[in-house]
Amino acid sequence: MAVLTQPGSGPTVRPPRDEEPRTPQRRRRRGGNPAVTFAGYAVLVFFALVFLYPFVIQLGNAFKTEPDAAANPLSPIPTVLDLSSVQRIFEGTDFPLWLGNSTLVTVVVTLGRVFFASLAGYALARLRFTGRRTVFAVVVAMMAVPPVVLLIPKFLVLNQLGLYNSYAALIVPVLVDATGVFVMKQFFESIPASVEEAARIDGVGPFRMYWSVVLPMARPALITVTIMSFQGSWNELPHTLVAVQDPGLFTLPRGLADLVSGSLGKGSQYPLKLGAALLATIPVAILFVVFQRYFVRGANEGAEKG
Amino acid sequence: MATDVLAGPDGARPAAPAPAPRRTRRRRGIRGDEAPAGWLFVAPVVVILGLFMLLPILMALWVSLTDWNGQGSPFTSRVPLVGLDNYTDLFTRDGLARQNFMTSIRNNIYYVGIVVPVQTALALFLALVVNNRMLRGRGFFRAAFYFPSVTSSVAISVVFLFIFANSGAVNRLLAMFGFDGPQWFADSRGVLHILLGAVGVDEPPAALTSGGPFGMAWWDWLSGPSVAMCSIIVLVVWTTSGTFMLMFLAALQQVPETLEEASELDGATRWQRLRFVTLPMLRPTLFLVLVLGVIGSWQVFDQIYVMSQGDPAKTTLTPAYLSYRTAFRDFEYGTGAAISFLLFLIIILLTLGQRWLLRERDSGPRPRRRARSRADRAGGPGTAEVGRSGAAEAGRSRAAETGRRS
Repeated sequence: MAVLTQPGSGPTVRPPRDEEPRTPQRRRRRGGNPAVTFAGYAVLVFFALVFLYPFVIQLGNAFKTEPDAAANPLSPIPTVLDLSSVQRIFEGTDFPLWLGNSTLVTVVVTLGRVFFASLAGYALARLRFTGRRTVFAVVVAMMAVPPVVLLIPKFLVLNQLGLYNSYAALIVPVLVDATGVFVMKQFFESIPASVEEAARIDGVGPFRMYWSVVLPMARPALITVTIMSFQGSWNELPHTLVAVQDPGLFTLPRGLADLVSGSLGKGSQYPLKLGAALLATIPVAILFVVFQRYFVRGANEGAEKG
Repeated sequence: MATDVLAGPDGARPAAPAPAPRRTRRRRGIRGDEAPAGWLFVAPVVVILGLFMLLPILMALWVSLTDWNGQGSPFTSRVPLVGLDNYTDLFTRDGLARQNFMTSIRNNIYYVGIVVPVQTALALFLALVVNNRMLRGRGFFRAAFYFPSVTSSVAISVVFLFIFANSGAVNRLLAMFGFDGPQWFADSRGVLHILLGAVGVDEPPAALTSGGPFGMAWWDWLSGPSVAMCSIIVLVVWTTSGTFMLMFLAALQQVPETLEEASELDGATRWQRLRFVTLPMLRPTLFLVLVLGVIGSWQVFDQIYVMSQGDPAKTTLTPAYLSYRTAFRDFEYGTGAAISFLLFLIIILLTLGQRWLLRERDSGPRPRRRARSRADRAGGPGTAEVGRSGAAEAGRSRAAETGRRS
């Protein structure tokens, strides 16, 4: 099981140790200087403020009137609680539409990425077929292609296929991501094959092997890929810029960007923008709180190379 | 590539036959013919990656050789073919295209030059503090520092637009300390120009007013990042430091405690321990973070799109944003695609440079080796090997994500 909890990322990556038990002996030796301890906390608290206070400002100012937000931008508490901006997010903008589009796209893309990545990852790890190494080499090469370089190319192909400006354009090109395939392959290679061997003797075919034998064992890797996909897809802006143009197909990031570039009309309307941005942040924030260690693992996919 | 090391599950089986007979036909008897299933399983990935990554790259290469304006299909004979003009114009022909491109390169060089060192130093510093085993609540602080990295770059950009507004939080803070904050997003003055102005150099020296490379005066090359760019730099450092902090933390946990204790017994001070024991062991990670940072920083897009659109006075224009704008606002798809490929080339060269440097370093003896071979035994053969060859790629694409997000 110890192996199972560290999919793909290899042995050196694991969630940082937190409050593990320490022997009193060691604690005494290290405990030492109270001034150093104090300085440590001071640094931590200062940076916690730096990293979190912008979110506090965002939250506070979303519930202010516009003059109040302009006059007291630093204060987290509104002088007068004003809900009209929040109300206007839903009534004066297309926010509900963007939310619906984002939800649809994110759910489909996440399901697709997890399914296709685990399927391909399993085949690349376990099945023997000619060209397997070539496929894997291509997957790895694709991971190295910088996404911003692909903006114009993606537009060209969507345009050529007649998909431009459709839900398909938002979804299909991002339905597979090479990193997910890579993570799943690494994971499947890390688990012992004995269970599969047993099932194979019982005459289980490849798909059933994948679906009912291997997949249930792959939970940690599946969660990691799910989270990477959800977060990436929910926050995606550049792809939507080259895939759709019709405001009816805007996702949340696209709609937000549109609000900022002045579709609101008069005034800066910061409370409204901050509120909309806040609402767009909430799903990933909840996911982060619940699945923090999987986020950490995702980020550490890169730390292994030493 | 290490794939051959792990030719399937066999390695884990204790009773595996000698390597030679493994791939003989007899095995098919048990395993059946796996080729159809194998290809079926990878088909969706192959089709989508091929259709939306490989094919488009080829199409864009073609378009970068034409003057296509977005009307109709670019693959008809009516579209004028211009050869390499779209590329050479960016370097040799005096005109708007070259001016924009060189400006964007200048902006991005300053951007990389500040973002990468600052975020690396901050990430390392935070990791060292969070790793201090005496402090409580480290899990909370780690999460707090990392949280900005996972949120939507667009949403965060909106918040920072407000924070850096003329009457926003930053200027209010500066006012508390008696400073008069600038109009961040309207200020196109270069920071170096401002500094020179502070010591009395308001006019460019005659030697610098002309004659710089690629048609841009030396004085303009040496402007430094603009005030507007600085606010974007602050935002990016703020969002990406957390990710890199996690990488440093993971590496710090590999430093054997016994080593630190030994140095402590030898009477090393805290600083000496950091300087001569911890930091040398972090060197591979430090290097990785620097490289990932550079690669990610050349791809900055979202923040520019939301916050400044290249303004004021083109001082936040970057090649990534410029290629988008050239294609989709000015409808010069050929030039836009050419800029994309040049950016691609820059990133590939940086990646190859990293490979080359990493290979140099790999030859030296490294303490991490031991940890790895121990894990080899635990995790079965192969896992660690693949980790070595592949994780760099994973990291790179991860950094690409980070770079775009942040």
